[in-house]
Amino acid sequence: MTEPVSPTSVVEPLVRIRGLTTVLNGKTIFDAMDLDIPRGKVTAIMGPSGTGKTTLLKHITGQMRGDAGEVRVDGQDVTSLSRDHLFKLRERIGYLFQNSALLTDFDVFENVAFPLRQHTKLPEVLIRNIVLTKLQAVGLRGAARLMPTELSGGMARRVALARAIVFDPALILYDEPFVGLDPIALNQVLKLIRTLNQTLGITSVLVAHELAAVQRVADHVYLIANGKIVAQGDPATLANDGSPWTRQFFGGEADGPVPFQYPAGDYAAALDFPGAKA
Amino acid sequence: MSTRMERGGVVTQSLAQIGACGLFLLTLLAAVPKSMRHGRETLRQLWFVGAMSLTIIMTCGLFVGMVLGLQLYDVLSIFGGTSATGTVVAIAIYRELGPVVTALLFAGRAGTSMTAEIGLMRATDQLDAMEMMAVDPLAYVVAPRFLAGVIALPLLTAVFCAMGVFGGHLVGVSWLGIDNGTFWSNMTATVDVWKDIVNGVVLKSFAFGIVVSLIAVFQGYTTPPTSEGVAYATTRTVVASSIAILALDFVLTSFLI
Repeated sequence: MTEPVSPTSVVEPLVRIRGLTTVLNGKTIFDAMDLDIPRGKVTAIMGPSGTGKTTLLKHITGQMRGDAGEVRVDGQDVTSLSRDHLFKLRERIGYLFQNSALLTDFDVFENVAFPLRQHTKLPEVLIRNIVLTKLQAVGLRGAARLMPTELSGGMARRVALARAIVFDPALILYDEPFVGLDPIALNQVLKLIRTLNQTLGITSVLVAHELAAVQRVADHVYLIANGKIVAQGDPATLANDGSPWTRQFFGGEADGPVPFQYPAGDYAAALDFPGAKA
Repeated sequence: MSTRMERGGVVTQSLAQIGACGLFLLTLLAAVPKSMRHGRETLRQLWFVGAMSLTIIMTCGLFVGMVLGLQLYDVLSIFGGTSATGTVVAIAIYRELGPVVTALLFAGRAGTSMTAEIGLMRATDQLDAMEMMAVDPLAYVVAPRFLAGVIALPLLTAVFCAMGVFGGHLVGVSWLGIDNGTFWSNMTATVDVWKDIVNGVVLKSFAFGIVVSLIAVFQGYTTPPTSEGVAYATTRTVVASSIAILALDFVLTSFLI
């Protein structure tokens, strides 16, 4: 179901972001950021909480538009696409939501079958086989008839993952795919992401905080902070490059270029300590 | 001074809401042809907002008719005109009580559930998930509920009116002893199909169906994605629908009478 890639577009990155500037509620999320997502690779976006990693994914899918700059997906500028053209593009993008976002009226099977039913006229037998194959891949074929309310957080995430890959899209965006997974499920999901990438050539972008998992699956990592890319490279090199950004982020240190505390006034004054300046 | 400014703010906000609701209606109408693909979803919603509302509509219709019969018999007996009880019950129900009370009940029963359901879908990212799967939530979620409301309300109004007349008959004929033939013949001789039934039952209930369903889906679709936001949106659906129904009823009546 992945559309063939045109020969001219093979060398170009699948996602090309240039000069992206986004300001939300007076806070600069992206400051003239440039970023490329190469075709057929697994790219990880990392960074402290609140730096706009999920927002970046929303820019790629056209759910959000920046104040300036250009976001191109497979050559199409998503910032200027009409709703219909955007929907056409999204048929080739799989998206795993941070909170799974399963449709609560449908059971697991119907959730995974939903995109197929909406966009194809495949016979029921084929839909059933595709859905069961995807559910088997995430280890939940036996849970096909459970409702979303009967699933644990980790199971819901795996169902959402099965739904995201049901169309074998050209690009899959994973927003925190490893949260809530037990070690067995985590291992299987990592294998699945790798297999999809290697066998079908699917380009993957994952937003994650788990360095160990990212090191196992990603080809390239971008570290984002303060609206810019502060470091990038393959995971092994990046983890040992010694820059203040990577040292603080991967070492989990409170002190460094990224402030742990959200901007606030004087701590002593907030606690009304005598002599503290307000 | 600040009170005047607050009042001004409320007025501006209300006008902005009405404007946004109008624009939303245009977007919704544009999505209606696409929603025809999801006919099964419209039928499911029709069952939910229509058939599932039957119990409350029938019960309320019966009691409204019964109390109306009782009150009218009491007043008309002063003038010796109890034979007109059936006529007045029918005209009051067809012209005003049927469409208005049904719409108010519909707003409370089905409108709130539409708002809460769409609002919760918004709060749990289900609408965003649909957008990401290239499925237009306006066509798949909103339009079927809107259409179901517009279709269901006139039908429920007809049921309410039938039960109301039956309630009036139950009290007037079976309980208070008005002659059965007089009750029906006076009613059929006086009630005008065009003026009372088409204008009252059909036209008004259709207009109320559009307004209540629009308010309900608009409030749900635009609610802030929080539990408090959904709660406020549900309340706003009832308040805004009730005011809109009564105001629109006056406007329609002044044109139709």
